[in-house]
Amino acid sequence: MNERTPVLDFACHAILVVGAAIVCLPIYFVFVTGSQSQQEIMQVPLSWLPGDQFLANMQTVLSSAKFGKLLLNSFVVACGITLGKLAVSLIAAFAVTYFRFPFRLTAFWLIFMSLMLPIEVRIVPTYESAANVALPLNILGGWLGWQALIDLDWNLVNTYSGLILPLIASATATFLFRQFFLTLPDELCEAARIDGASPWQFFRLILLPLSRSNIVALAIILFLMGWNQYLWPLLLTTDPDMATAVIGLKKLMPQSDSLPTWHVLMNAAFLTMLPPTIVILLLQRWFVKGLVDSGK
Amino acid sequence: MLARNSEGLALTANADARRLRWPLRRRADAPIRGGQAESGLKRAHFTGSWLPFWLLAPQLFILLLFFFIPSVRALLQAFQLTDPFGATTQWVGFQNFERLFRSGVYWSSVQVTLLFTLAQNILTLSVALVLAFATNHIARGRGAYRTILLLPYAIAPAIAGIMLAFLFNPRVGPVAQMLQGLGFDWDPNRNSGHALALIVMAASWKHICYNYIFLVAALLSVPRSILESAYLDGAGPIQRFLRICLPMISPTLFFLVVINFVYGLFETFAIVDATTRGGPAGSTSILVYKVYQDGFVTLDLGSSAAQSVVLMALALALTFAQFRFIERRVNYSV
Repeated sequence: MNERTPVLDFACHAILVVGAAIVCLPIYFVFVTGSQSQQEIMQVPLSWLPGDQFLANMQTVLSSAKFGKLLLNSFVVACGITLGKLAVSLIAAFAVTYFRFPFRLTAFWLIFMSLMLPIEVRIVPTYESAANVALPLNILGGWLGWQALIDLDWNLVNTYSGLILPLIASATATFLFRQFFLTLPDELCEAARIDGASPWQFFRLILLPLSRSNIVALAIILFLMGWNQYLWPLLLTTDPDMATAVIGLKKLMPQSDSLPTWHVLMNAAFLTMLPPTIVILLLQRWFVKGLVDSGK
Repeated sequence: MLARNSEGLALTANADARRLRWPLRRRADAPIRGGQAESGLKRAHFTGSWLPFWLLAPQLFILLLFFFIPSVRALLQAFQLTDPFGATTQWVGFQNFERLFRSGVYWSSVQVTLLFTLAQNILTLSVALVLAFATNHIARGRGAYRTILLLPYAIAPAIAGIMLAFLFNPRVGPVAQMLQGLGFDWDPNRNSGHALALIVMAASWKHICYNYIFLVAALLSVPRSILESAYLDGAGPIQRFLRICLPMISPTLFFLVVINFVYGLFETFAIVDATTRGGPAGSTSILVYKVYQDGFVTLDLGSSAAQSVVLMALALALTFAQFRFIERRVNYSV
C-alpha cells in the first residue's frame, strides 16, 4: 500500500500533539509550581514559567515533612511487593503446572479465586487481619476454650510486613506464570528428566532463564503498583514515620482555612513521581510487552 | 485485581487453558481423561513427593491469611451488628441490607458511581481510540508519541488527582483561571456537577494510556492482507478503520470496557480522596469511598460490611462477564 493522505497525516499528528500536551500539562505544572515561592503561587494569573525556588522547596520537603524517610519507605514497600510476589508466584506456578499430586486442581482453583475480589471490596476485615495476624488462632482458641490462643496478638500496623504481605495476596502473577509455563515445549522437561535433573534443578537451570523476560516485565508493573498504592498504606500507617510517599502527599494537601502551600505539595509530588517515571522511561520496551501479555 | 487478558494472547495458547477459564463448562463437557489430558498439567511432569505442597505453601498461606479469612469475615459481618467499640456482636440476618437499601444516601451514591463509571469509560475509551488510530496511521514518530502518552501509567492515581485538583482549583489553578477568564463560573468545591467532572477527568487522564497501549497492540495485529484488499477496493484509511479494524479488535474493545468499569468502581478511591473527598455534600462519594467512610470514619461496621458484599457481587459479575464474553469472542479470525 502506498497511499498519500497529507491532510489526514497532518490531522493525526495534530491529534497526537494535543494528546501529548494534555498528558504533559499537569506534569509540567507540578514542576513549575514546585519551583516557585509562596508569593509567586498566590499571584493571579499564575506564572507559566518555572521559578528559582526548586532546591529551597525541596529542602523544606525533605526536612520539615521528612520526605526522605517516606521515599525510603515507598522504595522498601515497592521492592518488597515485587520480590515477594515474584518469588511466591513463580514456585506456586511451577507446582501447579509441573507436578501431579492430590488436590492439584483444588489448589489451582483456590489461587484462581483470589483474582476475583480486589482488596478494596474487603478492606475492613483485611485491615482486622493485619491488625492481628493471630486472629484465626484467636477464633480457634475461642472454640476450643484455650485462653493462651485467645490472648495471642501479632500486630502488623505500622510495619513493612503489614504494608507488603496483604498486597502479595493476589494471584495475578501466579496465573500469568502458569500461562507462560503451559506454552513451553514438553520436550524441555523430558530432556531434563532423561539427563537426571531433579525438579529443583529443572526449575533453576531451565525454567527461570526461560522466564527472564516475563519476570522483568512483571517486576516493572509490580514495582509501579507497589509504589503507587494508596488505600492500603493509608489504613495501615498511623505513625507518620512509616507512611509511604504517596500518603505523605495527602498530609501536605492544603486545608481550606490555612495558607495554601501548593508549592511544597507540588515539590513533594514531583519527588514522589520521579522514580516510577524513570523506571517507565528506561524500561519502556519491556514494560509494554509485559502489560499487553499479562493484561494487568 | 481481575485476571485480565487482551485477545486471549496467552490464555488461548492451548485448549486446556481455555477450558480452565470456565469452571462450569469444564465439569459439563470435558471429563478429565486420566493421565495425558489432565487440564493445566504439563504432559511431561514430576510425580509423587511432598515438594509441590511446599512450593504452594507460601502462596496458599498468604492467601488464607489475607484473602480467604477476610473475604469470609466480610460476608459474615454483613449479617452482624457490632457496636463501634467492638464490644458486642449479634446476628441480625438481612437487617443491614434492608437498612442499606432503604437509605437514600446509598442510592445517591449508587447513582453517582454509575454516572462516574459511565462517563469515565466513554471518555477514556473514545480518546484512546482516536489516539490509537492516529498512532497507527502515521509513519514517523510513533515511538516518541507513545513514550509521552504512556507517562501517566507511572503516576500514582493520588498524584493524578492532586495535579488536576491544582489545575482546576478556583483560587490558584491556571486552567480554572482560564475558565473564569472565559466567563465560566467554575467551582468544584461548591458545584457538584463540576466536582464530578473533575474526578472523571482525573480518572480518565490516568487511565487513557492503559487503553491506548492495548488498542495500539490490537490495531497492529489486524492482518495486512485484509487491509490491502480493502485498499484495492478503494476504501480510504478512515473507512478501513471503521469497517475493518473496529470489528476485528472488538474483543479488545469489550475487554477494555470491562476493565474500565473495574477501574472506575474499585481503583479510583485515591483520586476521590485526593481531590474532592466525596464532596460537596456527597456528590462524588462513589461506592468504594462510602465503604471506607462508613467502615473507618463513621464506624458503621454493619452497613460497611453490607456494602462490601454488594461490591463483591459486582466484582464477581464483572469477572463473569469478562470470561463469558471473551470465551464467545466476537472475532473473525483468519
